[in-house]
Amino acid sequence: MLRAVLFLAALVLFLSPLAKAQGEFPNRPEPQRLVNDFAGVLSGEQQAVLENKLVGFNQKTSTQIAIVIVKSLSGYDKADFAIKLSEKWGIGQKGKNNGILILVKPKFGQERGEVFVAVGYGLEAVVPDAVARQSIVGAELLPAFKQNDYYTGLDRSTDVLMSLTAGEYTADQYVNAVHKRKSKSSGFVIMLIVLAVIFLAQRRSSAHGIGSGQGFLGTLLLMDLLGGNRGGGSWNDFSGGGGSSGGDSFGGFGGGSFGGGGAGGSW
Amino acid sequence: MKRTGLIVLITIVVLIVWGFSWGISTGNKMVTMDEGVSASWSQVENVYQRRSDLIPNLVNTVKGYADFEKSTLTAVIEARAKATQITVDPTKLTPASMQQFQQAQGGLSSALGRLMVVAEKYPDLKANEGFLNLQAQLEGTENRITVERQKFNETARTYNTYIRQFPQMFIASMRNFEKKAYFEAEKGADKAPKVQF
Repeated sequence: MLRAVLFLAALVLFLSPLAKAQGEFPNRPEPQRLVNDFAGVLSGEQQAVLENKLVGFNQKTSTQIAIVIVKSLSGYDKADFAIKLSEKWGIGQKGKNNGILILVKPKFGQERGEVFVAVGYGLEAVVPDAVARQSIVGAELLPAFKQNDYYTGLDRSTDVLMSLTAGEYTADQYVNAVHKRKSKSSGFVIMLIVLAVIFLAQRRSSAHGIGSGQGFLGTLLLMDLLGGNRGGGSWNDFSGGGGSSGGDSFGGFGGGSFGGGGAGGSW
Repeated sequence: MKRTGLIVLITIVVLIVWGFSWGISTGNKMVTMDEGVSASWSQVENVYQRRSDLIPNLVNTVKGYADFEKSTLTAVIEARAKATQITVDPTKLTPASMQQFQQAQGGLSSALGRLMVVAEKYPDLKANEGFLNLQAQLEGTENRITVERQKFNETARTYNTYIRQFPQMFIASMRNFEKKAYFEAEKGADKAPKVQF
């Protein structure tokens, strides 16, 4: 019991600085989408076309390319904002880290427009920084954005990103996720066996009476072992559920991680 | 009466067993967290290494421009040499070694920053594709350094918090788990090379 309380206390302490640091970023939309226009520069139809294309790509390859358009960077550097947002939302699959975020802060009046393409750890080899800067930002995004044509820039750049990353991953993440869960539970099974052995040994050594004492001991041990096992696990494994659910809708972000790859520009 | 004594005895034994198993699992958790800190440290070193590896190429590209300020280039080469000399053993992440590391890498950051500022004066260089590539890679590397430093601080903070809390602190001192140093925001970190387009 004490352990459970301590564990919860540790968990709260653990998560609270993260929650604070990420407070200024938009939350993951519900239901989750790959195309998120918080600034209202794309029409509903344009959003739907992009969303369909990117969801289809996610289902085929498990690679998640997300578009987020914000009104303001709240004082952050564009790279910093893009990377923190990607980490918070968990774009890409856990373990593969195959997510890409195109972050756009449109040009409003005299304010400069800013764009950053953040590339997950797992895609840094196929979308190196120089490619991100020249083929994506320089060749596709900036020329269209300068014409105030956000849709064309995003449509073409996602095409290029899709062709670059197409061969890299396949949609087998569901199998991996299930596999992982199994290997986690094996530790628990061992614990149960140990528990059973202790229990039996106890019963044999003190054959006389005191049934209540044994029950007490058993309960304590059980609580301790259950608590001990839970401490190591991560709840995040169960969060996104991966993009494996069939149908046309987006299954959700998978918990991918970002290391600072990518490039940006402004206009 | 004998029954009560037995229950008390069993309770004591249970508490001892419980305490031991708690101590062992807490200690093991610390080992895991300690390894996590070492792993994020090696990520930090990786990204700094990556930056260091870009420099010979950068210097060669820039050298081609005959009139390029020699002093700026020399400063970068020297700062790189100094920075690569200083490595930190991840099991000894003390404030002193951390500061030394940060100082050496910070010196390289500012030397590179100056080089980039000077490069602005050379239109031919700025049009050179090789240079543009290097510039993009360098900027990406600076971003990676920022990210890995933040991740390292986060892991170190989690570990430090855990080992210094009651009652884990007893296990930590018994098994010699020490507090890890953080990356401090550098003086003049806002002057770190921001490559402008």
